[in-house]
Amino acid sequence: MSDRSQLLATGKSFAFDAETDAEFERLAARYPIRESMIMPALWLAQQQQGWISAETIEYVAERVGTYPAKVFELATFYTMYHLRPVGTYHICVCRTLSCYLRDKQEIVDFLADEAGIRPGQVSDDGRFSLEEVECLGHCGSAPVVQINGEFYEDMNVEKLRALLTTLA
Amino acid sequence: MEVKILSARFDIENANRIDVARQHGAYQTLDTLFAMEQADVIETVKASGLRGRGGAGFPTGVKWGFLPKDTGKPVYLAVNADESEPATFKDRYILVRDPHALIEGIIICSYAIGCHDSYIYIRGEYTSQVKILQQAIDEAYAEGYLGDRVAGRNFRLDVTVHRGAGAYVCGEETALLESIEGKKGQPRSKPPFPAVVGLFGCPTIINNVQSIASLPFIITNGADAYKAYGTEKSCGTHLFGISGHVEKPGMYELPLGLPLAEVIETVAGGVWKGRRLKGVIPGGSSTPVLTPDEVATVTLDYESMAAHKTMFGSGGIVVLDETVDMVKLVENLIAFYHHESCGQCTPCREGLGWMLKIVRRLLAGEGTVADIKLLRELCDNIEMKTVCVLSAACTMPVRSYLDKFRDEFEAYAIDGAPEQTELREG
Ligand SMILES: Cc1cc2nc3c(=O)[nH]c(=O)nc-3n(C[C@H](O)[C@H](O)[C@H](O)COP(=O)(O)O)c2cc1C
Ligand code: SF4
Ligand code: FES
Repeated sequence: MSDRSQLLATGKSFAFDAETDAEFERLAARYPIRESMIMPALWLAQQQQGWISAETIEYVAERVGTYPAKVFELATFYTMYHLRPVGTYHICVCRTLSCYLRDKQEIVDFLADEAGIRPGQVSDDGRFSLEEVECLGHCGSAPVVQINGEFYEDMNVEKLRALLTTLA
Repeated sequence: MEVKILSARFDIENANRIDVARQHGAYQTLDTLFAMEQADVIETVKASGLRGRGGAGFPTGVKWGFLPKDTGKPVYLAVNADESEPATFKDRYILVRDPHALIEGIIICSYAIGCHDSYIYIRGEYTSQVKILQQAIDEAYAEGYLGDRVAGRNFRLDVTVHRGAGAYVCGEETALLESIEGKKGQPRSKPPFPAVVGLFGCPTIINNVQSIASLPFIITNGADAYKAYGTEKSCGTHLFGISGHVEKPGMYELPLGLPLAEVIETVAGGVWKGRRLKGVIPGGSSTPVLTPDEVATVTLDYESMAAHKTMFGSGGIVVLDETVDMVKLVENLIAFYHHESCGQCTPCREGLGWMLKIVRRLLAGEGTVADIKLLRELCDNIEMKTVCVLSAACTMPVRSYLDKFRDEFEAYAIDGAPEQTELREG
């Protein structure tokens, strides 16, 4: 999320752990060309480290056998790759059609005003980050919120307030 | 009104697990399938009248027939599980509640078209869903339904899940192929069509999840059994997703051809809070809006939607009540398409941005009547001048709001923003 124009370096080298490595090799055998592995490798890297750093880009390029610029291109085109660390809890609120019609704005306002969590930002304590995203495919139970991949449907301010205290 | 063809196993507990699914009929088509000639499978699917459920409604069997024969190249099947068109949430039910129907459908399609490597492209946001799907695939491998000898036959089939990572445009079939090839999701110009030059330069069929999951019923029960549902030209059943301002939003499987007004009233519980209907988006955000008068006469099939100058689309029905501000709704829509433009065509990349600016100007009370005309002209100038139809998916609905709810745009242009007035009064 946030600024997608520049990579951050951690200053430490990156490498897949043994389990991730095995999954990388399993998938690589499924494609006739190596470039197909850029997206899966970025996903694996993000699962391991939480976000995509400059070192991750270099590592993925090396593993796939391509240029870092190609990996960077995909990491910036596809919005789900985090080029910055996100909060312990990364909150996505759907801003699109059906959620808009069923008052997603109340949820965004609550997060900003009461919980101090603003779109595109990580809270000072690092616990929360917020992103407004496009339709999440749960329009029949709008508005929806996704936290660390988990969907919360038919949301409203009360439910979200209660949920945040259980996460805190 | 509801029927259970695709959704037959949706309410069975743990039907995502292979043993439970099998107890309830999964994989029972395969004996019939492998006793058929490949060409007969294609003919049966053609005869069933099944049309693509991803939005465009192209006849599935006819599409398969476009594959060139004996090219010496592998044939690929890419299953479209990108499901990112706003208001569309039907394929997810298949992925989560009955993934084995999808896998069985993939076996049927792959056998018919001679494919040995299939990819399921699933949107990145479906995180728990992809785990359930992968578990089902792993089970299918373990039980011998996938792998070197499918169901003990001399037929190899591998199925690989490829995760997207947040780009609506990758639902467009050639962008999807680019994405699997490890590139940005930028649609290709056609021709050549994917059936001839598709994935990795080879002949490729792309079908929606629901299209593929419809196949086991058709092969088991025959084309006529499928055609018994729906209308003469719009055959079978569809998973309709009803959202927005209704009492009971949700996913409902219905035969095609039912009156929309009745479906909203009896299936979805009517407009919520006792309010009046203002309009209905019939098939996902890119389909032109219908007024209450039109809603009263339209039926849920391809022909009636076309006769009402809109589209059946993805079956994502959005009900709008009387409180909806159509100008704000249009702002929300344009913002979506602008954000999702892949950027390779100037009319789409820049034009949608101009449209967004103009609507925002109107909303801020700084627009003029000339702006409405400008918006309309932009719609006409962007459409059909681009590589893919993402731009038209924005301009077609926007034009419908401008034409059918023009007074609301004029009110912003002439009287300024209504809320600001309210604020000043309060
Ligand atoms: C911008 C855009 C987005 C699309 N998104 C999807 C999608 O999410 N899922 C889908 O099945 N088809 C989508 N389509 C339609 C596909 O291009 C294609 O027609 C479809 O997957 C073919 O399968 P079918 O014949 O079984 O419907 C989209 C098309 C466009 C232009
Ligand atoms: S119309 Fe828009 S999304 Fe489609 S190819 Fe052109 S720029 Fe990309
Ligand atoms: S519009 Fe919010 S999930 Fe689809």
